[in-house]
Amino acid sequence: MKKTFFIFFAALAAIVLVVVVSAWPREQFVASASKAATAPTPDNIARGAYLAVAGNCMGCHTARGGPAYAGGRAMATPFGALYVPNITPDRATGIGAWSADDFWRALHNGKSRDGRLLYPAFPYTNYTAVTRADADALYAFLHNLPAVQQANTPHALRFPYNQQAALAAWRLLYFKPGVFAPDRAASLAWNRGAYLVEGLGHCSACHSSRNAAGAVAAGLGGGLIPTSGWYAPSLESDAEAGLGSWAVPHIVQLLKTGVSPRSTVSGPMAEVVARSLQHMSEADLAAMATYLKSLPASRAEAPESENKKAKATGPQVDQIIVHGKKLYATHCVDCHGADGRGLAPAYPALAGNRAVTMQQSINAVRIVLNGGFAPGTAGNPRPYGMPPYSHLMNDAEVAAVVTYVRASWGNGAAPVNASEVNRYRSTPLD
Amino acid sequence: MPFSACLAALVLIFASALPAFAADRPAVLPDTMAQRVIACTACHAKVQGNDAFFPRISGKPAGYLYNQLINFRDGRRQSPVMTYMVEHLPDAYLREIAEHFSNQHLEPPPAQPTSVSQAVLERGKLLVLQGDKAIKVPACIACHGERLTGVAPAIPGLAGLPRDYVNAQFGAWKNKTRRAHAPDCMADIASRLSLDDVAAISHWIGARALPADPAPAAAAAITRPLPLACGSAAEPSR
Repeated sequence: MKKTFFIFFAALAAIVLVVVVSAWPREQFVASASKAATAPTPDNIARGAYLAVAGNCMGCHTARGGPAYAGGRAMATPFGALYVPNITPDRATGIGAWSADDFWRALHNGKSRDGRLLYPAFPYTNYTAVTRADADALYAFLHNLPAVQQANTPHALRFPYNQQAALAAWRLLYFKPGVFAPDRAASLAWNRGAYLVEGLGHCSACHSSRNAAGAVAAGLGGGLIPTSGWYAPSLESDAEAGLGSWAVPHIVQLLKTGVSPRSTVSGPMAEVVARSLQHMSEADLAAMATYLKSLPASRAEAPESENKKAKATGPQVDQIIVHGKKLYATHCVDCHGADGRGLAPAYPALAGNRAVTMQQSINAVRIVLNGGFAPGTAGNPRPYGMPPYSHLMNDAEVAAVVTYVRASWGNGAAPVNASEVNRYRSTPLD
Repeated sequence: MPFSACLAALVLIFASALPAFAADRPAVLPDTMAQRVIACTACHAKVQGNDAFFPRISGKPAGYLYNQLINFRDGRRQSPVMTYMVEHLPDAYLREIAEHFSNQHLEPPPAQPTSVSQAVLERGKLLVLQGDKAIKVPACIACHGERLTGVAPAIPGLAGLPRDYVNAQFGAWKNKTRRAHAPDCMADIASRLSLDDVAAISHWIGARALPADPAPAAAAAITRPLPLACGSAAEPSR
């Protein structure tokens, strides 16, 4: 009897071991084409600089007001704070001692030079798609930046997230290294767009939901950005920011300038446009647009029908809407108009505006609280702005005006309540 | 009701609603700075009284205003809302915004009544007009101008500032949450002043109305070099 149990458990252990070993994210090595690929030639450096912009490396690897790429920025996560490292070529504190193979290993396999597993806040789950040639150009660029001596701050993660074993388990579940595999049936532009969106662009880091372990769901179905208090809308759903019905030139215009006849960017997307997308070529932006337009509208219907169901009615809601309409007439009407049509692109229409009508009301609430400017870009260097109202309206008033806007001019979204507004009022802006 | 009557009624309803729709919002967006910066004026222009939180910015030297916008963007000053507003605006536009407000001349706020003792006001007056050699603090007017209206291009006026705002800024300098381009002369001065001295200065300044002509003095109006080196108001190059 005892023996049977032993054999059973041994067999079970063996099966588990085989599964773990076979699922283990093996390091993938792809060699450089030649020494010339990482050489500090003007061509390599320029190509690398462009790719660094496409990945907005600087966005995270630079502290506010600090030297470029020298790290030090604290990144709040639900698991504690991560401090972004110095990636200037300083030998002692940056990546000056790294070889091109070391750099590839970090980008493609999520491992540091010393073999330590990296945290996926560094989106190597996306960057693993980057080709070796592009990784080498990035290496050439980064190694030619001015070296800045600035020691890295140790991460401040809670137990057990600060354990390498926890990361190993995470990788087992959620990471598989692999360079982007082009779809031969699709066009060159589609493949280029997919490569940029899924790889360096790491759009899914925000435009996708994360599970309790912080792992990104497949696709670009939208998600709350952890700790920042913004909702990155779905790029698949027509009820949110799906682009299926958009013309490519409008998408390119939005990504290049921050404004378009159909939408204006704000919040975290303003940063993405200002620091990254506006500097990309129109051909690449058009490629990204082509890819984004092709995304399946998989989750389009579910949230909207729920939204309609959730649309509460009754005398109480009517009263809130009347209150909201009064506030709108005082604060909003000068720019957005009594008809909610606005004056695009400076003052976006609110009628039919998906940022207003999507199920998640958080962005609309935060824009009322904090106001906002579209990013200043080469194509829109002097943007108009919206004032913040956090000091003029209390939670109930913000809820009323957002509820009114969500329920007027054909908009049919659910009401917002004061406690939701209160939750977002204190969300840090930085 | 027959269908045509319904239609007529509908048309009437829409027709009567249309003029109301058209009102309120400008038909064409005014291509002006005033229109572009309503996010700023919502707080800084409407509250021209003694509001410690939204200081007067109209008529201040453009270089000073520009430096503050950059300081908010780069984290040398702390105001999440200000940082959020200016974060993704190009330098040239921030410069234009600074010029715009520098050229505004709004009704000056009234002086704030004060109830502190004469001795405190005397101490404030002494520090502002003469400084105190014993604690190595120069007179405020040595840099901020004889009339405390600031000096072009980058030294701010102090006249007309609310008492609480002045106190808050000294506190921020002492705590290093407000910084300026190095060398940060005001951080040095703040570190040498006691809290009583800060209160004396803020009460004396707060109790004085803005002069009838609040324009900043010309650059040549103050003696160079300044008593302390200031990164925000560098010595003119020769």
